[in-house]
Amino acid sequence: MYRSLFPRDLFAELDVLQREMQQSFGLSPTIRGLGRGGFPALNVGGTPQTVELYAFAPGLDPATLEVDLDRGVLTIAGERKADIPATDDKAAVHINERFAGRFRRVATLPDDADPNGVSASYRDGVLHITVKRLEAAQPRRISVH
Amino acid sequence: MNDKTAVAGDTRAASNEAALMPPVDVIEDSTGITLYADLPGVPRDKLNLHVEADTLTIEGEVGVATPPGMEASYAEVSLPRFRRVFTLSKELDTAKVSAELNQGVLKLRIPKAEHAQPRRVEIRVS
Repeated sequence: MYRSLFPRDLFAELDVLQREMQQSFGLSPTIRGLGRGGFPALNVGGTPQTVELYAFAPGLDPATLEVDLDRGVLTIAGERKADIPATDDKAAVHINERFAGRFRRVATLPDDADPNGVSASYRDGVLHITVKRLEAAQPRRISVH
Repeated sequence: MNDKTAVAGDTRAASNEAALMPPVDVIEDSTGITLYADLPGVPRDKLNLHVEADTLTIEGEVGVATPPGMEASYAEVSLPRFRRVFTLSKELDTAKVSAELNQGVLKLRIPKAEHAQPRRVEIRVS
């Protein structure tokens, strides 16, 4: 199921369009796609010492979140229950935009990410993952004697 | 309940700033309306709910702490603010709105006014 966190995310829609165009022209995009859009929304940033990932996944029980790191590929998976009542209830659903169901998002980490230095926290519906960079890869100044 | 987001009808200063539109679910039953909105990263003290006449405004600031010196390389949540405006209908009792915010999900309950509650008319047979 393809559903963005933001119902009218122009960039996500352009992305789908671009993927479809690449398909129809027989071009081959990368095997993991461009990955924009979908649930949860991802922000990525970095400092010289760490890689920071923020997954905007509101309304989850942190115990059910699965975060895996396998050979430089970070996977965030889980399930979000629907708040919409079953159809047999005497209720009318006027707007239904929020994501429900199983989700999985994958991010490729840079080569200098340390697989033993991953920590994750969940607060206000945002999953924050910090991955340390390997010591050897950190910038160093070499003193000249 | 009508979605007014497309029409920027609000004149307050804060609403001139660009904001993301949070996805919502709106469910109506016989006693009122329940609204769920996804506001990830919005803490309780940065959530603003206004009811003015028949307009409901949901506004929230994303309060995610980032380490000093972080450079963003990729962003899908590109603005630190959410906003969405709805027009309420007359039979809703805006004085009795209740709100809960739990892990970035806002749950709003707007009951219908007493006079708009469904009633069963008793028919007495003499």
